[in-house]
Amino acid sequence: MDSQTLTTSTAVAVEHHSHPSYQKHHFETEGQQREAASLGMWVFLLTEIMFFGGMFFAYLLYRNWYNAAFVEASRQLSIPLGTANTAILITSGFAMALAVWSAEVRKKNLLVLFLILTNIFGLAFLCVKYVEYKEKWEHRHIPGIRYSIEEFVHPLLKSNGTTELEGAKALPVDTAKQTEMFFFLYFAMTGMHALHMIIGIGLLCMYTVLAARGKYTNGYVAPIENFGLYWHFVDIVWIFLFPLLYLINRHG
Amino acid sequence: MSATIVSLPDQSTARLPKVNYLNNEHGLLSWLLTGDHKRIAVLYLISTTFFFFVGGAAAALIRMELLTPQSDLMAPDTYNKVFSAHGLVMVFLFLVPVVPAVFGNFLIPIMIGAKDLAFPKINLLSWYLYMIAGTLMLATLIFGGVDTGWTFTTPLSTHYVNTNVVSAGMAVFVAGFSSIFTGLNFIVTIHRMRAPGMTWFRMPLFVWAHYAASIQMVLGTPVVAIAIILVILERTIGIGVFDPTKGGDPLLFQHLFWFYSHPAVYIMILPPMGVISEVMSTFSRKRVFGYTAVAFSSVAIAVFGFFVWAHHMFIMGISSYSALVFSLLTMLVAVPSAIKIFNWSFTMYKGSITFETPLLYAFGFIGLFTVGGLTGVFLGTMGADIHLTETYFIVAHFHFVMVGGGLMGYLAAIHFWWPKMTGRMYPETFSKLAAVTVFIGFNLTFLPQFILGYMGMPRRYAAYPPEFQVLNVLSTAGATVLGLGYLLPMIYLVWSLKYGKIAGNNPWQATGLEWQIQSPPLTENFLVTPIVDHDAYDYEWLAHQTPREVTTVG
Repeated sequence: MDSQTLTTSTAVAVEHHSHPSYQKHHFETEGQQREAASLGMWVFLLTEIMFFGGMFFAYLLYRNWYNAAFVEASRQLSIPLGTANTAILITSGFAMALAVWSAEVRKKNLLVLFLILTNIFGLAFLCVKYVEYKEKWEHRHIPGIRYSIEEFVHPLLKSNGTTELEGAKALPVDTAKQTEMFFFLYFAMTGMHALHMIIGIGLLCMYTVLAARGKYTNGYVAPIENFGLYWHFVDIVWIFLFPLLYLINRHG
Repeated sequence: MSATIVSLPDQSTARLPKVNYLNNEHGLLSWLLTGDHKRIAVLYLISTTFFFFVGGAAAALIRMELLTPQSDLMAPDTYNKVFSAHGLVMVFLFLVPVVPAVFGNFLIPIMIGAKDLAFPKINLLSWYLYMIAGTLMLATLIFGGVDTGWTFTTPLSTHYVNTNVVSAGMAVFVAGFSSIFTGLNFIVTIHRMRAPGMTWFRMPLFVWAHYAASIQMVLGTPVVAIAIILVILERTIGIGVFDPTKGGDPLLFQHLFWFYSHPAVYIMILPPMGVISEVMSTFSRKRVFGYTAVAFSSVAIAVFGFFVWAHHMFIMGISSYSALVFSLLTMLVAVPSAIKIFNWSFTMYKGSITFETPLLYAFGFIGLFTVGGLTGVFLGTMGADIHLTETYFIVAHFHFVMVGGGLMGYLAAIHFWWPKMTGRMYPETFSKLAAVTVFIGFNLTFLPQFILGYMGMPRRYAAYPPEFQVLNVLSTAGATVLGLGYLLPMIYLVWSLKYGKIAGNNPWQATGLEWQIQSPPLTENFLVTPIVDHDAYDYEWLAHQTPREVTTVG
């Protein structure tokens, strides 16, 4: 019996040499490993869709109930900043796509460069978000902690008598109170999105260091490819958040 | 059919294999850092058993309080904490993870001919998440407990209680991620890791059941995660998504919560159903009757399970039209469940049946789950539901499904695969005694509760009118018998680790791939990747296989 074990372990050892070093023991082939990792990421993104889905559902419900308040509240968000952020995030996504391509064609320096670019644009997004959150703080639009309906009841006026926010209408007090719900959802959704960005940036830093050591340019593309899927998913969430929170109904 | 095997193999010649997954590495760290799905399953077995006894202790306190009509053992608010602890621990730390994380982990890779799950590290991570959730839950209970019930119903959980809702919510959130990762691992493994020749319709029904449950884990759990997060945010920083004073809607919480928590019922019951398929076939020595129907009924339960959640909300002010639709959809779930029950029964028809312990538990499952399922149809009927909801009828109903079904399936599984996991047999006489004790104790505990509920005794109260006392005493007596029935396996299974008879590879003459390898298996499961050329439950194939069998390897 001992001899049998011996022969198998040699067979396993021989088998090992014919496989790339990054292939894990329990996979039969490298292709199987790559497909498994990719499917795993897609299933994970499915759970993420369901996670955000709960909040999108809440948004849908309250937008229908409190439409007037939601329209007025969304006027408080800055379209230029939102648009800039969308552009920044898409650029970051583009850099990520190029990073995956560099890993596939095994160009180490290019891969590191694109990962760093992805990261920089990701950080830029968070900086803009910080500016926006800060502005909400100043206007007392932080729900639960620091909230005032003042600006919805008495919109700020410029010296020439027009409202500071274009087209802003004064709301009755009970409607104005409903704007807090908009900001609950605004902070819950963009905050959860930002949290995903922060986790992504942490991972990106790790991948950048490992990529600089040449780990992903010897054919082992799967981690970069799957991180790319995650990063694009986070982009897509924003692509839905931007029109829902910033754009629709503003001219109504 | 002539080739069915009735005589079990002679185990006196069997030897424990020298090398197996239990002894190929030593030391605590080799367990805590393992990637081996079988070792992770053992870790889960130990930790879920611990939490089962924590939840069981709470159940014992509940039954003791209800011996007398007055709330004399504990104050009403303590009672609230005790039943909340029982629900939270049993649902999130025992029933949801137990069969998938112990037996799914151990068996799915072997059953489909793989060396491990697709992501061993994520598998280990899910055990650590489970332990973090368990620790948080224990901390919640030790530092004052939580009294919302396991459902975190708003606005009670957000406004009216001063107990540890936040830490309990975090525990549920983390346990949810543990369950998501388990489900994700199973889905990818079943899709991508099957051995050559192992087509979808050659897979054991255990694997089908876990596939269906995994879909629900992956799609349902994130929704309860966000619902719990919103409750926590509402409690801590006052955001008001569920707060009517701020324009929020408490019903929205109910929708989000039950969107997961109803499928969670199927996450708890589908894996045990997979166990029953294996057990029924093995001890009848016949292919499961209507294999395809049973496989698809698992998937059907998973799909329908997502569209019935509002039947938990019939009295909560949802519109009567949606109540009508959800009532109808609820009836539909009975169909795939009945398909399973009938097909298992037909599997026994003209089979060569022997009555070992796992089959006794499987009988228990079929009988008790049928009662639990049928009373579920009563409750799905709106008129009956309005009378019976929030009474002990509900309590009895879901205990018949969860304990009579889920836990019986779990006990069947642990007896059935114990020889494979440890290499040793459990003592048959004691285990039969335990199986009968559990069955009697269970019925004595929960049948009176149906009557109590029908007579109108509400759930969640420490005190009740004196005329309900006789039935409550019966129920408490039953719970005592039931507790004894659960302690017995605990004792003799541990005993058997050292003194049990050596099992050999295939003590039941079962057909699954897991029975064709040594017990306990090698770390890599198979010396050579198996090539599958036969259907599941092919006893003729096994009969031709047996003469060539090698009892131990290594």
